[in-house]
Amino acid sequence: MFSKKLALLLSVFVITIVSVFFVTPDYLGDKFRPWRLGLDLVGGSHLVYEVDMSQVESIDRDGVLSGLRDVIERRVNLFGVSEPQIYTAKSDDSYRLVVELAGIKDVGQAINQIGETPFLVFAEIKTVQVNQQAQFQLDNGEVLNQDVPIESEQYVPTDLNGGHVKVARLSFNQVTGAPEITLGFNTEGAGLFEEITARNVGKKVAIFLDGEIISDPVVNEAISGGTALISGQFTLEDAKTLVERFNAGALPAPITLISQQTVGATLGESSLRTTLIAGLIGTLLVMVFMIMYYKKLGIFASVALLIYIVLLLAVFKLFGITMTLAGIAGIILTIGMAVDANILIFERTNEELSSGGSVLNSIQAGFSRAWPSIRDSNITTIITSLILYTFTSSFVKGFALSLLFGILVSMFTAITVTKSFLEVFIKEKSK
Amino acid sequence: MINIISKRKIFLTFSGLLVAISLIGLIAFGLQRGIDFTGGTLWQIQFEETSVTQEALSDFVTSELSLSYSKISQDDSGAFFLKLGEITEADHQSYSQGIRSEFGNFNELRFESIGATIGKELSQKAIWAFIINLIAIALYVAYAFREVSYPVSSWKYAVITIVTLFHDAIIPIGVFTFLGYFMGVEIDTNFIVAILVVVGFSVHDTIVVFDRIRENIKVKNLNKLGFPELVNQSVNETFARSINTSLTLVVVLVALYVLGASSLGYFILAILIGTITGTYSSIFLASPLLVAWQGGRK
Repeated sequence: MFSKKLALLLSVFVITIVSVFFVTPDYLGDKFRPWRLGLDLVGGSHLVYEVDMSQVESIDRDGVLSGLRDVIERRVNLFGVSEPQIYTAKSDDSYRLVVELAGIKDVGQAINQIGETPFLVFAEIKTVQVNQQAQFQLDNGEVLNQDVPIESEQYVPTDLNGGHVKVARLSFNQVTGAPEITLGFNTEGAGLFEEITARNVGKKVAIFLDGEIISDPVVNEAISGGTALISGQFTLEDAKTLVERFNAGALPAPITLISQQTVGATLGESSLRTTLIAGLIGTLLVMVFMIMYYKKLGIFASVALLIYIVLLLAVFKLFGITMTLAGIAGIILTIGMAVDANILIFERTNEELSSGGSVLNSIQAGFSRAWPSIRDSNITTIITSLILYTFTSSFVKGFALSLLFGILVSMFTAITVTKSFLEVFIKEKSK
Repeated sequence: MINIISKRKIFLTFSGLLVAISLIGLIAFGLQRGIDFTGGTLWQIQFEETSVTQEALSDFVTSELSLSYSKISQDDSGAFFLKLGEITEADHQSYSQGIRSEFGNFNELRFESIGATIGKELSQKAIWAFIINLIAIALYVAYAFREVSYPVSSWKYAVITIVTLFHDAIIPIGVFTFLGYFMGVEIDTNFIVAILVVVGFSVHDTIVVFDRIRENIKVKNLNKLGFPELVNQSVNETFARSINTSLTLVVVLVALYVLGASSLGYFILAILIGTITGTYSSIFLASPLLVAWQGGRK
């Protein structure tokens, strides 16, 4: 007869065997979903940019930030990094962009391409009041310095900027043959451009690139249709690069690199190897200890531990969680912790046995009486890992996830799986 | 059966001494905060030419690059660690070129440059995580032991859990103040995580013992045994479990410490120290404190 416990055990075994194939690197599972390794293991860069939002209205800031994210993503994709991670982070009043480039060879070049970005803005001439210092010579010969308000004409940025550029094209002036850039705006940009040109007929409109005027033509008439022609003093090379960058998208706000963490591929590889070896040896030692101390019960716990490791790895791979050095350290740590539930249960079982209970009853009692301890102590660790995950940076998140999943999976293997083992095997033996 | 409770004064004094020494270290030396917190640059390079000496490199860096560094050291594999102030990516590239033209090509193992603002935020986040963790755990313990109010009310279990947890956190911190003062060991974000993990384990261990006391109060004859004896029996009953759980964890940690990635070394060491103090405190501190607070009354 097929008992429930046996059915459970069989399905656990099937899942485990499937998982073994699934988690083995460079094997069948990788076709379906490959391992994702963190920067600290494959080498790469973790870059944090501060976004200068001083020129952006506070209600627009979230939109600008996500726009920036998209632009930088396209730009990073240009130099072919596999799966770049780009995310935004807001802390207090500052806006951040985090860029993670895995397995990149020349980080300096990548930083240049992200950082030296064309920040394009259209500006119009406005008359503004500025204070200018003037000197007055008084009758008694004293010289007096005083600020006097004068009217001055200067360029004031409009709302139209590189963020409105939809497409850029390289063209050549039909008369001089000099390279020119044609910008195509999106709908909003086209409207803005028409308004700006309409109110500036006969006046100059300047195009600033990274704070410098590259072109300041006089507007002859309002331009509708949403295209602008920039004919600055470009070399062909410059014009080409600019077009490429505009097509990737110009940044809607300037950014500065405030933090960089780069790990070389060699260091990453050796970290991964040594840590995996440490994990393997740690696991073996735990199994040896369990078997020596708890004898036959220890064998079941060891098998449950192996199942635990395989299932935990499968969970990580299935959810596509990026494995970092800290995450792997966390997993190895949970290997030491996973047997805790077994130890609690076996100690209770042994107590029941020595007070004269039958084997099966003792095992039953061991499980049920160890449960409150297991529950309470694991809940506190779950609390800690959730807090770690919520309140900290990406490095720590990997570790926190390992702890969290480790505890959940180990409750299943150390309790449910071990219990089924004992009930199935011990029962059959006593018959 | 080991009589832990009746010798509680010895254990409490021992723990008190360790905590006092740790506090002295913390006040006198403080912790050496790494670039994670202060901002700055950590640069790890390995030359293809192995004859480069530390003196030559540090001379070159100060005189030719006119770069002020706070530390240059060399590890066993011959790789150099340079600790600098905050530098820009442009500086980084020009320094790389300068060093390459002087000493030949090198392999950049690691380059970290962290802005001071980020460091400040990290410290704040870490402190918040710590405080919230404490509150959450205290609330949970008070809740889990809510039915146990005689002879010790449930909030006392929570308070003692927190005291034990402080004990377990302050000792590794104390060890690192001494490591920092005498060996220049710096703490980074990982260290904060290690302390939080230690806190988690500490509570984990303490709860198992308290849980046994909770169970024994229900099933054993409290009036006949007396509270101190009941606690002593409970501690002894969980003794093997406490030691064994700690052992499996220590085995794994030692393997990681000896064989694992060197960048994780101090992270693992902090957890290792915390695990040992956590095990010690769950047996020799938490329960004796419970009895001491009760005044040893029956």
